[in-house]
Amino acid sequence: MSSFCQQLINGLALGSIYALIALGYTMVYGVLRFINFAHSDVLMLGAFAAYFLASPVAHIFSPESYSGAAVVIVLSSAICAVLGMLIERLAYRPLRNRPKLTVLITAIGVSLFIEYTCQHHSVFGAETRRFPQLLPQENIQIAGLSVDSTDIMVLIVTALLLAGLWFIVQRTRTGTAMRAVAFNERAAALMGININHIISFTFGLGSALAAVAGIFYAMRAPGIDPLMGVQPGLRAFTAAVVGGIGNLPGAALGGLLLGLLETFAGGMPGISNYRDGIAFAILILILLFKPAGLLGKAQVEKV
Amino acid sequence: MKNILLPAVLLGLALGFTGCKPSGSGDAGQTIKVGEFASLTGKEATFGVSSHEGTLLATEELNAAGGVLGKKINLLTEDDLSKAGEPATVVNKLISRDGVVAILGEVASSRSMEAAPICQEAKIPMISPSSTNPKVTETGDYIFRVCFIDPFQGTVMANFASKTLKAKKVAIFTDVKSDYSKGLAKFFKEGFLASGGQVVAELDYNGGDKDFKAELTAIKAANPDAVFVPGYYTDVALICIQAKQLGLNVPLFGGDGWESPDLVGIGQDAVEGTYFSTHYAPDVATQNSKNFVANYQKRFHNPDGTPKLPDAMAALGYDSMMVLADAIKRAGTTDGPKVRDALAATKDFDGVTGKTTINEKRDATKSAVILQVKGGQFHYVETVNP
Repeated sequence: MSSFCQQLINGLALGSIYALIALGYTMVYGVLRFINFAHSDVLMLGAFAAYFLASPVAHIFSPESYSGAAVVIVLSSAICAVLGMLIERLAYRPLRNRPKLTVLITAIGVSLFIEYTCQHHSVFGAETRRFPQLLPQENIQIAGLSVDSTDIMVLIVTALLLAGLWFIVQRTRTGTAMRAVAFNERAAALMGININHIISFTFGLGSALAAVAGIFYAMRAPGIDPLMGVQPGLRAFTAAVVGGIGNLPGAALGGLLLGLLETFAGGMPGISNYRDGIAFAILILILLFKPAGLLGKAQVEKV
Repeated sequence: MKNILLPAVLLGLALGFTGCKPSGSGDAGQTIKVGEFASLTGKEATFGVSSHEGTLLATEELNAAGGVLGKKINLLTEDDLSKAGEPATVVNKLISRDGVVAILGEVASSRSMEAAPICQEAKIPMISPSSTNPKVTETGDYIFRVCFIDPFQGTVMANFASKTLKAKKVAIFTDVKSDYSKGLAKFFKEGFLASGGQVVAELDYNGGDKDFKAELTAIKAANPDAVFVPGYYTDVALICIQAKQLGLNVPLFGGDGWESPDLVGIGQDAVEGTYFSTHYAPDVATQNSKNFVANYQKRFHNPDGTPKLPDAMAALGYDSMMVLADAIKRAGTTDGPKVRDALAATKDFDGVTGKTTINEKRDATKSAVILQVKGGQFHYVETVNP
């Protein structure tokens, strides 16, 4: 029983990181109808931004403090937001009116470009680095369960960011414009919405979330390398599809579900090396029986 | 770009150090070309770099002493990025384009096994400095190694667990992606069961994963006395950190895949008190190994400028080149089949890591040492003879 609860905590913490990443995939899909594969590399860049910012920030604020960590996270998110917008401006905007397949392939290209450029020894190098300790870390023991303070932070921050994102999308003018663009780009433009501005904002927001996810991912497992985004990226992308791509609560739900599935499969002796296989097999089953995803609405593709 | 630049720079350094003129393209017959493929960057980079530095030091010493058969050795090094698929590419290049007479490499068993069939096919002798999976030399009669093999290492750690750690119940945590890890886990399990112990949990992870909490929670639930993790240092460091977070307070121990400064660099206080087996400890020195440590520290430095202490990979890298040079001398030629025969006849070669005798399976029979992490340093615990 205690083992079950422990796995539940492990799975929720992992799943909420997936959820954060999945939000970025789903938002971009919502407005542009394509999967931004470079999203997982923005996550990696976020972790590296925090890696390089940590020591100068620790000089000003005290090391391992909440204020210092907040500054590092906000700065890294800002850097990644700019990078995300830059990627959109340079790689995707010129292809806006081309077939979606062209853009999709470009996205894969951008992803590989970032990964392999960063592995060059004059950029980050391919070796794993120790991610600095940003927050005071404590182990909380409750009834035989061991809860890491980082995991609790991940859960709290994810919940707050989800609420914040919901507020932006549902209650602000920009959010209304985002939904309008997602609904019908051309009609939204006719209504006086600056499409480029909104798409840029969407990329910035998604990338900032990816940076936060990357930093938390690195805090839970403090070894970072230029390929660190690939595995969580793939899982979060799947989570977004399972939740119903384009649907924000769906992405969060899908992320949590995937984290839990993976953790429970991984914790079973004998099948632990099939953890990804089992998680993905169940996801395929969900998609077979509910093709639009758990919270997605089936709609006819407009051609 | 990197593939061209790096060997060129290293070669330049090597030639500059021994004070001879850089060889032009015209004197191809005046040098003995030896190819090396190594993980100079990537997940197992510290192994590759250590091993390469050892090989480089041996090359420089040989050349300073007049070379082999009156010719200088020209070491051509290729980086395989610690990545599957790369060894085949770079080894093919070394053999077909550069025309090397022998191949040295790799530290990781999976990657040695990728290059071995290519060398076997081309009848170019290959010496792995530190790949311990038995299958490496089973590829064919041109493939050798200068280190012990996993059945021995696994048994050593099984005895260590039952005798020194006094463990009755152990859990095994294996990297399913690595031939090295799977092999070592298998031989450890056989040895530990034979000594009357009990394996209470066997879990697997994927090398390169970052989240091990699911598996570690299951291991903790099985309540073992110790956990055997036959993996590589990057993964192992993260496993130790997460084990500590979950309150799994039993000794973790593993094999030579652990020995890297990055184990402590990434794992920090989470790896304190862990044990691993390896090939050589600089603290227990023969005259050969004292000279080696002194020369190595003169030649290589840490990023902060302090002399770098050679690890087992560096020592084995050094021995791999010396064993090759010895075989070429005895063969009197660089002809592949003749060098192969000379290598197979290597007996009691006095190297840095002890006496190397190549047995009929083309493996070296050698003793192992066990080290413990204490205060961020590796401390010698005991030596185990075969």
